[in-house]
Amino acid sequence: MSAFERRDFLKFSASAAALAAAGCATTGRSRGRVVVVGGGFGGATAAKYLRLWDPQIEVTLVEREASFVSCPLSNLVLAGFAGMQDISRGLGALRSYGVQLVRDEAVGVDAAKRSVRLARGGALPYDRLVVSPSVDFNFGEVEGFEAAMQSGRVLHAWRAGPQTVALRRQLEQMADGGVYALSIPLAPYRCPPGPYERACVVAAYFKRAKPRAKVLVLDANPDVTSKAGLFKSAWKDLYGGIIDYRPNSRAVAVDGASRLLRLELDDVKADVLNVVPPQRAGDIAVKAGLVTTNNRWCDVDWRTMESKAVKGVHVLGDATLSAPAMPKSASMANNHAKIAAAAIVDLLNGREPAPLKILNTCYSFVSRTEAIRVSSVHEWEAGQGTLVPVKGSGGVSAARSEDEGRFAWNWAKSIWADSLG
Amino acid sequence: MIPRVLLAAALAGAAPLLAAQDSASRLAAPCAICHGSGGHAVTKDVTTLAGIPQDHLAKQLRDFRDGKRPATVMHQIAKGYSDAQIDALAAWFAAQKR
Repeated sequence: MSAFERRDFLKFSASAAALAAAGCATTGRSRGRVVVVGGGFGGATAAKYLRLWDPQIEVTLVEREASFVSCPLSNLVLAGFAGMQDISRGLGALRSYGVQLVRDEAVGVDAAKRSVRLARGGALPYDRLVVSPSVDFNFGEVEGFEAAMQSGRVLHAWRAGPQTVALRRQLEQMADGGVYALSIPLAPYRCPPGPYERACVVAAYFKRAKPRAKVLVLDANPDVTSKAGLFKSAWKDLYGGIIDYRPNSRAVAVDGASRLLRLELDDVKADVLNVVPPQRAGDIAVKAGLVTTNNRWCDVDWRTMESKAVKGVHVLGDATLSAPAMPKSASMANNHAKIAAAAIVDLLNGREPAPLKILNTCYSFVSRTEAIRVSSVHEWEAGQGTLVPVKGSGGVSAARSEDEGRFAWNWAKSIWADSLG
Repeated sequence: MIPRVLLAAALAGAAPLLAAQDSASRLAAPCAICHGSGGHAVTKDVTTLAGIPQDHLAKQLRDFRDGKRPATVMHQIAKGYSDAQIDALAAWFAAQKR
């Protein structure tokens, strides 16, 4: 985000108090007020499509960050193949759809009063609430991690932003011959192929810049959780002798000072230690009582994305208890938002919502220029009461290719534009 | 040939009050993750679907689905859509300003 865009965003982002005083944002009759919490792939898309599909609905988007930083493609920043500016965008364009932007953090939901409490004070009333809270981390499951992270010695970089920049610096400063260790939690976690992509592009960087350095992948899962065949071919063909993959290697503790990772059976020492901790629905989902399953995820009605725990609240993205064979991905969050927007438009217009058919496409880079992909189509199945993959559809790339690498960038630019205006 | 409006209305199913073009726009909305909002591509490598003649787009989608046109991804996506859905998508994109 440029300085200009940032000023622009701040100038136009109203405080909750100012919005409440001004009353409805739109002129003419209002069909209802929707508050959207979270300006990522889910929330921003929901805000935009609500306004596209019914301009008489007042939409307020609450986001605590000044700009959007994309997790997809952020692994390229770690490898030095892209910069933070390439994966950052402003939220200001959403205003052109009539979305009110509030720079604040939602800290509580009063479902009975239908109101969202904000960190800077005040509250926003709603007829329907959309919560797209991202994930937060169960730091406690890896003893010592939180302290090691706060000291800056051991990072996750599983939310694109300052940790992405800091981990890139650690990789640059690591000596040739050093070991970069990446710890992957048990599924489900955000972006199933993300860790394996990270291993590939860091290995691609090492191959050119530090040819004696190694990538050690410590996976809590029994096997690669996504695009396994394609990743393993890339490791064998491109990174033989660089990437060492160890399944069934769950991290239980970290010592930041010595960069030591304790696994269930042995200990591993690394020069750069990158631990992706287990995840759950973001804090606001916990505070709002939206978490239904394993103390981690939010179950929803997949026809509307409405929470099964709290009426009038729709939950999107990685925080949801995934439908069968549905990954926690940016494409899915964007599509969840379209389900919710359509359902809310129907509900506020007195119609019964109809289910949507939705699409997933996820690209992973395996080198600077080559990528692989997985796609799926999901539709409502009344018998099972959920979204399921359409039989015979979907699949993965035939092979890694530079064509898929170009399509990966095209996908990113398209979904950023579709989500953010 | 079945009029576009009726085709889309048939797809609306459980939401009889929803206008046909609104139902088709919801069917088309997921395509935007690669083809841009409303089928307006944001990069030159991606086909702008807005304004493509309906018959041509419907044929391409069927050819992808039936393996008659090679593809990197669209053959896998198109297999998820019925003939009626392909016709509704093609009609909606054809009606969008280029």
